[in-house]
Amino acid sequence: MSSDILIVDNVTKRFGGLTANADISFSIKEGEIIGLIGPNGAGKSTLFNCISCFYNADGGRIVFKGQEITRKDPESICRMGIGRTFQIVRTFKDMNVLENIMIGAFLRNPKRKDAQARSEEVAGVFRFTDKLYLKATSLTISEQKRLEVARVFATGPKVMLLDEMMAGLNIHEIKESVELVLRLREMGITLVLVEHVMEGIMPIANRIVVLDYGEKIAEGTPDEVVNNEKVIEAYFGKKYAKRRENKTRIQ
Amino acid sequence: MKKGLFVFILFMCILAAVPLFLGDPFVCHILIMTMMYATMSIGWNVIGGYAGQVSFGNAAFFGVGAYTTAILLVNFSVNPWLGMLAGCVLSVGLAVVVGYPCFRLRGHYFAIATIAVGEIMVVIFTNWDYVGAAVGIYMPILEESFTNFEFHSSKIPYYYIILCMLVFAIAVSYIVEESRLGYYLRAIKDDPDGARSLGIDIQKYKMIAFSISAVLTSICGTFYGQYVLYIHPSSTMDLMMSIHLCIIALIGGIGKLFGPVIGAFVFIPLMELTRVYLGSEGQGIDMIIYSLLVIMIAIWRPQGLWALFSRGDK
Ligand SMILES: Nc1ncnc2c1ncn2[C@@H]1O[C@H](COP(=O)(O)OP(=O)(O)O)[C@@H](O)[C@H]1O
Ligand SMILES: [Mg+2]
Repeated sequence: MSSDILIVDNVTKRFGGLTANADISFSIKEGEIIGLIGPNGAGKSTLFNCISCFYNADGGRIVFKGQEITRKDPESICRMGIGRTFQIVRTFKDMNVLENIMIGAFLRNPKRKDAQARSEEVAGVFRFTDKLYLKATSLTISEQKRLEVARVFATGPKVMLLDEMMAGLNIHEIKESVELVLRLREMGITLVLVEHVMEGIMPIANRIVVLDYGEKIAEGTPDEVVNNEKVIEAYFGKKYAKRRENKTRIQ
Repeated sequence: MKKGLFVFILFMCILAAVPLFLGDPFVCHILIMTMMYATMSIGWNVIGGYAGQVSFGNAAFFGVGAYTTAILLVNFSVNPWLGMLAGCVLSVGLAVVVGYPCFRLRGHYFAIATIAVGEIMVVIFTNWDYVGAAVGIYMPILEESFTNFEFHSSKIPYYYIILCMLVFAIAVSYIVEESRLGYYLRAIKDDPDGARSLGIDIQKYKMIAFSISAVLTSICGTFYGQYVLYIHPSSTMDLMMSIHLCIIALIGGIGKLFGPVIGAFVFIPLMELTRVYLGSEGQGIDMIIYSLLVIMIAIWRPQGLWALFSRGDK
């Protein structure tokens, strides 16, 4: 139990009559890569917002490093060591790449010179060294997503919540993203990735948590999850799941 | 930045030398008003420009500075320089009291709330007998000296005092811009939620920016009271003054260090001259002129006149 860095315990979030997260529970060990998947509208981003306290959960608890964080605010969460990105890119539009990273780096380096030095290091990790002085908006969307990860990384997180960082990337870029995620783990960061890109998340995740209509419908290793009835049903519909079931029975 | 520093020093030297060649009190007066507005507009720019929280209530700090100094001087014989300090303290207090609830409001609600606060201040001071109500306060005529902050034979000492205040404001603004605070303010302006996700306590930094803004405006209030030696609510906390501070920054370049300075040197002389030469039959002509100015800037130089000087390097 003590190695659980993040515990999501019966978290519920409602928007009016809609329950976007219904009693969701799972826990994450330090150094793991967790994939959070599910069809659009399943409640993945909402769960990220609950963990990072952009939303306050209506029920349940979230525990980080043994401390309950359910009712804190986003800035405290970041300072405690949970960094998150957004599904829709949110780089600072009027700043260049270096300045974007510096905003993150300032958290642990109050002096401008130190923040800049740290940001240049971070830029190296994220392959931005030759783009430091470009406006963030002049980057491609995939670069902007990477910049967002870089800027969160610069705050020095222990856990990173990355919302669809691979969406819209080509095969080559997905490969680079995967390498980047592995590199972050090597640096001791625990990662939770919301992904639709299965070839990106499946090979690297230790475990996958599947949401559908706000509920957790499955959890397990990538192999277990892709063969799970409920998961197949959620993604391909009841009909397909039935047909598939019959087929396997005949075989 | 090297080049910028050179231009800045050159400009300040010219300003410092002007009284040596131009003794004309009218020119002197216009330049004093220009520098005073430049100082206040730099203050406005810290909260309205860098942090993007548009305030239409900054004149309230001007009023607090002027009234605090005047009341302490008239009723308690406190030296105006100390009065200036007291004014700053009260102005920061007001900034905190107004900012704490208002910064929770999103979007343009802060701007609207500041209008309300400014207007409430006018109503209070117009009806408050202790501070002279609508009549206002006359400063006692003291022997002229730097210590007394009063000069009767020449405007030139006032000129140098306000020049020093302007340099102080530019220095403060520069330090803000180059430090973590400045970066954070720009981040907050750009995307408040993004800023929060990176650990920035946006409430706190907006309060700091508003307080700095309050101080830079408040010292001008003290200066104005000592310069004119007579204050009343509509000369010290009028909504129009708050709007002018915003327009000056807009003309010069919002969120840029020298934007407000450039804006003030274009706007204030124009205003003063139209007022003097068109007199009372020209009522409202000044408004037409500056409306045109704002429209022209909006069309051709949306980043402000500052962009004329900076050629590409942002
Ligand atoms: N702020 C909100 N207000 C109202 N409904 C919301 C809000 N955020 C998300 N929802 C709803 O909650 C459900 C889950 O959304 P979301 O968490 O974004 O799904 P996912 O990220 O899995 O695609 C959706 O039906 C969405 O419309
Ligand atoms: Mg989502």
